[in-house]
Amino acid sequence: MITVHNLTKTYTGNTVLNIEHLEIQKGNSFGLVGNNGAGKTTLFSALLDLINPSTGHIENNGFNVSKSEDWKSITAAFIDETFLIGYLTAEEYFYFIGELRGQNKADVDGLLSDFEDFFHGEILGQKKYLRDLSKGNQKKVGIIAALIGTPEVIILDEPFANLDPTTQIRLKKIIKDLAANPEVTVLVSSHDLMHVTEVCERIVVLDKGEVVKDITTSEQTLKELEAHFNK
Amino acid sequence: MFKHFIVLQWKSFWRSASLTSGLFMKLFMGFWALWIAFMSAVGGAAIFKLIKEKLHLEPLETINKFLIYWLVFDLVFRYALQKMPVINIKPLLLLPFQKNKIVSFAFGKTVFSFFNVIHAFFFIPFSIVLISNGYPVINVLLWNLGLIALIYGNNFLNIILNKKDNLIFIIGGIMIVLGGLHYYDYFNITTYTAPFFQGLYDTSFFVAIPIVITVGLLWVSFRSFVKDLYLDAGLATKAKTIKTENLDWLDRFGKTATFLKNDIKLIKRNKRARSTVLVSVLFLFYGLLFFTGTVETYKGPVWQIFAAIFVTGGFLLSFGQFVPSWDSSYYPLMMSQNIRYKEYLSSKWWLMVIATLISTILASGYLYFGWDVYLAILVAALYNIGVNSHVVLWAGAYVKTPIDLTSNKKAFGDKQAFNTKTLLLSLPKMALPMILYAIGYYAYSPYAGYALVAIAGLAGFAFKDAVFNKIERIYRSEKYKTIAAYKQKN
Repeated sequence: MITVHNLTKTYTGNTVLNIEHLEIQKGNSFGLVGNNGAGKTTLFSALLDLINPSTGHIENNGFNVSKSEDWKSITAAFIDETFLIGYLTAEEYFYFIGELRGQNKADVDGLLSDFEDFFHGEILGQKKYLRDLSKGNQKKVGIIAALIGTPEVIILDEPFANLDPTTQIRLKKIIKDLAANPEVTVLVSSHDLMHVTEVCERIVVLDKGEVVKDITTSEQTLKELEAHFNK
Repeated sequence: MFKHFIVLQWKSFWRSASLTSGLFMKLFMGFWALWIAFMSAVGGAAIFKLIKEKLHLEPLETINKFLIYWLVFDLVFRYALQKMPVINIKPLLLLPFQKNKIVSFAFGKTVFSFFNVIHAFFFIPFSIVLISNGYPVINVLLWNLGLIALIYGNNFLNIILNKKDNLIFIIGGIMIVLGGLHYYDYFNITTYTAPFFQGLYDTSFFVAIPIVITVGLLWVSFRSFVKDLYLDAGLATKAKTIKTENLDWLDRFGKTATFLKNDIKLIKRNKRARSTVLVSVLFLFYGLLFFTGTVETYKGPVWQIFAAIFVTGGFLLSFGQFVPSWDSSYYPLMMSQNIRYKEYLSSKWWLMVIATLISTILASGYLYFGWDVYLAILVAALYNIGVNSHVVLWAGAYVKTPIDLTSNKKAFGDKQAFNTKTLLLSLPKMALPMILYAIGYYAYSPYAGYALVAIAGLAGFAFKDAVFNKIERIYRSEKYKTIAAYKQKN
């Protein structure tokens, strides 16, 4: 589904990303871990064509992301608050994203009703703009908005950060359900090793922009990761 | 201790992400400030003679009469333009600074504000002329002292008013009504206020009144500032309860409606965007300077077109120049969605067209000055829709300054988009219609001039697709730079 070719990103002589080859299969649930500055967000941004790689390119569903825009209709992401429109209410935001993805209001409402637990009554009908919601609630909105319109590739950058324990557990279930669908490829990054090992079939460890570990998740994975980061 | 604050200020200026454009803008603003100061000084020196010889009135009394308007306009201007004394307060709260110190520094900065100093440029030359004409020195000095107190009173009043949202509009509204009543001789507020200002000059102890008022205002604003130095008080962002809006009636615009609905919400819900609407309302009145013939230099026929462009295009010019920066805070979202640039652009275009049409209808008040004037406005509206709407969007494509939608204080200058490309593109907006009109006017007749401008406007429609394609290409080629630039919030 996604192939990275010879990708590097250099800022004033400082290489922040250097991945020779990385392939993510369709239907996979893919986890990305690494310390701060490892290049997780940079990789995701390059994947969304938000930054221009210094060399190499990324293909999404066969389209070179910086050449074609055809990957956009099957890809959804939530990276940070710049993916939210602060002056809209949650409903308005969902409908807006829905319209961009060819979904009418009923479709969006249908989808939202599946996530009422996840919202915990703090999102819909709140009479607040998104910019006035707490960080955690903003994140909930962004994550669910990324699911509108049945995208085939879903990219979530640190989805667990800022969420309360209950919501974290619910989010894990949501991601697992998505991953169970062979049509959907999920990409998640996280600092929480336990969460990633739980929801991802494959985990890649980045360090200073390079892939240092590529693991298919098993019982030992968590131990292996902890050992790696406890150096 | 103040040393720390000053060092912080210094660093925040030189290390800000938008320094280069900021510096350029500051130089530009500085130039204007000097120009205004110079004009005030000339005005202050000349007005004595002007009132005495042209109007045959007593100069000081006349000035005193109008001082009440002067002060209120000063207040309204401050409210719109003067930046609040905000230093980056939050990180300082935990450090061993006394709250009083933080506030005194913030207030101290306002004392040297341009808005306070500028008055001196008018009143000092005026006072010198007064003294040289035999007015007693002591009285003139007392009068000045009173005025200084009142100006600083305004300074602190503005700090208090800035926290209240709509009070200033009420004050401004009352003053406009009073001014109107005065003009038509129904009720003259100055008969009640002029003796007070005259009193500052005549009676020595009168000067205590403004000083007491100012000290009082200083105390109130100081206390309220200190009291509000809590995260959940003055430093909190206000959240109003609001309701979801539908705007389904816009769906008839098809795909464009998706963005159009968003843009309308953008304007309704964000301070910064709302102020562009305010600007366009002000520009509606801009034509009065020209069509009434108040300003001598603006009497030339070509200036009529100039005025008409502004009257109908206030919104177009002030909103359009910041497309796509209005969407800067969520630009990555827009860029990763399946969006056709054309739909996005045409929603902005429709918005400007609708606003221009509304302005044109509202400008029908200018019919009072004759059909000719309104014809100029109609022609200018056509030119605005046909040509300027495209040019403005084109220029906007080069603008890469992020906009903080929620704050109003940077709406005028500071981080304003200002580069040579946008400057060059502003030429066809103003100069071209004036030149076209001049050609028609001087070669044949005024109507030929109007016809030329109108034809240019109509011809502009033909280029809509070409211009949109061009803009689309700019957007694409500048995409990564734009995203990176929008990330750098100040």
